[in-house]
Amino acid sequence: MKPITNIMVVGIGGQGVMTAADIISQAAIMEGHDVKKTEVAGMAQRGGVVTSHVRFGEKVLSPSIPPGTADLMLAFEPAEALRWVTHVKDQATVMVNTYPQAPPVVSIGLFDYPEQPETQLQSHPIELISFDAGSLSIKLGDRRLVNSIMLGAIAKQLPFSPEVLKAALLTRFKDKGEKLLALNETAFKAGQQASQLTPRQAK
Amino acid sequence: MSAAEQVKNNPRMFISGNEAVALAARDAGCRVASAYPGTPSTEILEYISAYPNLYSEWSINEKVSLEVAIGASLAGSRALCAMKHVGMNVASDALMTQTLIGAVGGLVIVVADDVGLSSSQNEQDSRYWGRFAHLPVLEPSDSQETYDITRFAFGLSEQYAVPVIVRLTTRICHVKGLVQLSTPQIKEGQKFNKDASRFVMVPGNAKQRIPLMLERDKTLANFSESCSLNVIEQGDNRSVGFITSGAAYCHVREAFPDAPLIKLGLSHPAPIELIREFSQSIDKLVVIEEVEPLLETELRAAGIELFGKDIVPRIGELTPTVITPAIERLLGKEKSIATIGMTDVFPRPPTMCVACPHLGIYYCLSHVKNTIIAGDIGCYTLGAGHPWNALDTCISMGASLSVAQGIDKGRSEEDANKNVIAVIGDSTFLHMGMQGLLDITYNKGNITILLLDNRAVGMTGGQNAPSSGIDIHGETTIQVDFRKLCEALGVKSERIHELNPYELPTLFKALREEVKVKEPSVIITNQPCVLTERYAKQPPLTVEDDKCTGCSNCLDVGCPAILVTKRETVVKPNGKEKELSFVKIDTAACTGCNLCINTCAPDAIIPLINVDYINAMEVK
Repeated sequence: MKPITNIMVVGIGGQGVMTAADIISQAAIMEGHDVKKTEVAGMAQRGGVVTSHVRFGEKVLSPSIPPGTADLMLAFEPAEALRWVTHVKDQATVMVNTYPQAPPVVSIGLFDYPEQPETQLQSHPIELISFDAGSLSIKLGDRRLVNSIMLGAIAKQLPFSPEVLKAALLTRFKDKGEKLLALNETAFKAGQQASQLTPRQAK
Repeated sequence: MSAAEQVKNNPRMFISGNEAVALAARDAGCRVASAYPGTPSTEILEYISAYPNLYSEWSINEKVSLEVAIGASLAGSRALCAMKHVGMNVASDALMTQTLIGAVGGLVIVVADDVGLSSSQNEQDSRYWGRFAHLPVLEPSDSQETYDITRFAFGLSEQYAVPVIVRLTTRICHVKGLVQLSTPQIKEGQKFNKDASRFVMVPGNAKQRIPLMLERDKTLANFSESCSLNVIEQGDNRSVGFITSGAAYCHVREAFPDAPLIKLGLSHPAPIELIREFSQSIDKLVVIEEVEPLLETELRAAGIELFGKDIVPRIGELTPTVITPAIERLLGKEKSIATIGMTDVFPRPPTMCVACPHLGIYYCLSHVKNTIIAGDIGCYTLGAGHPWNALDTCISMGASLSVAQGIDKGRSEEDANKNVIAVIGDSTFLHMGMQGLLDITYNKGNITILLLDNRAVGMTGGQNAPSSGIDIHGETTIQVDFRKLCEALGVKSERIHELNPYELPTLFKALREEVKVKEPSVIITNQPCVLTERYAKQPPLTVEDDKCTGCSNCLDVGCPAILVTKRETVVKPNGKEKELSFVKIDTAACTGCNLCINTCAPDAIIPLINVDYINAMEVK
């Protein structure tokens, strides 16, 4: 059987991790793959860690991506990228939103936020692409756009055309009004540009 | 319709196991569906509620939910009820009698086990209920099978007049896969046929039904031997073979693509003879099951040699990462998998939402001394965590009141002056808490009850309940008056307070006064869950940097929108060190609930008046 493509999407509750994983899944379906998607989300709406696993190929059995086998990781938060980098394989591409979000346990001083997570990520044998999608989303007018920005950024890394991913994204928003559709298209393009402008840090 | 036409008319859908259950119920002609929300089963009824010709409801609790479905089945309709594993404990009283009566219209009980406890107070294996109640247990392994098997379950239920358990686990409920639907059936309701000897389970009648139930066990066991859901997959390598079911099947198949195995879609009663014959061609037979060694024990008792929980973990989910090393050890072929080294990152436990109405309550509770606080099941269980640390117990749904009563009555001299407090949410109170309150009033307990009415089942995503005044379809219905209800359950009118949980001084005052009173008191809070449409956002707040003194009072609220910008340690005049935490507010997340303003001594927190920015945030 042909190898399966494993994509991890990681972040925290409320960032749209599952929606992003859904859109990548839809794109893979449009490409004719068998797809499974799951999330490991302990009380996701309560700000906890969220990881979504997308697997596609000729036939997918287990929905879970074993550690060390993800081909690609999309991280919506830098500390979460650091937490889950164990799940990617050598030379995998890891796309990181550098906008940090510290939980209350860090705010009240029980734990420290990791120092320079991007630098720590660079010590791993991965191709790291990182940029501040969080600030970009706020500039575009809504922090929920991080999702579409990150999808735009990852589009070139998928084993199919960026246009397929874009089509899957726009299908998702087609019934939600012209304004929102246009906004997400803009965010997707902004993500594409941002990832092109970001130097790749390969090891 | 040809198969090809059918496929064309019914395109494949990319859906979760929960949605597959809903579609299967619809397409099987199910007429009544009920549930109480519970992870990982919640979405089943949410999806079903969208189907116009199928009655659906959020029931008060799982026992009521099952009884509604039982009634519908006895009336001749196909019926389904869904619950999570702990819900089955609640429903079990009805289940254990219903098994004697059996089903008329197909009766399907979907139980979702939260394997690995993503949000539950315990881990259980609901397959036990099949053995306990003498019912068949069906176990799908992906979304397609969930659709097919749930449809099959209705037919099986009618064929053998037996309620059928469809057992799901986390990795079935919350995995999306591609599903091909098949042609829907339409099932009209049948006439209710009175049959007291079968439907009225007084001892004389029930005794007559027990032999019939045991006879049914035998029939079902025979059926299982040839059931099309129990599949043998012949592999190349006979050194190790597997017996497996449910999500574990997918993991085993992935980890060992060439191994022979039997996948049990109907796992109870197990096809013992089929397995015995299979085992004879296998060097080492391994049972892979989530969670308990049920099949393992049954097969061992039947004299079949095998491995099971002696080599595979009994706790948590079974993924290829867990299964592969266990089997390699068994075969003496252990090898280590090289992965990128682990990084130690802070934990990110779930926390209450920004502006959650419970934040103020736990802020108060953490500042009221000399308390024993009994908690309950819901978002507000998170009050046990940082920064509040304001819960001392949490057992089961509705238990806060009765546990508090027990603490009150059983306390030692040392605790004589402690204030016993019970905290419970609105939906939980209606689910199982009311009886506890009646026990407290009837038996003269001295408990202060905080009834946190946020008008929703918050933990599972803000579903409606009788406290919402809205039903599963979004239609207006009765709204429970908690003041009247508590009065009816024996609480004195003057001991009931209805308060806005964002008004901290009022809340403190009521709490301090009521814990002193030596009789039951109820403080009802009345602001909606922030996840619901009823919650009205206010303009966000911001911190004036030059005014913030670093006192960190606001951090005690526990709002995730308050962030520390810098920490400093200063030495006070008395020589003691004090840590200062200067803060900012994540204005993009803040909804202006004003709780933190109430805690800020230097008045450094002010509304962010920036109209353009607010408009920009309103983009929907």
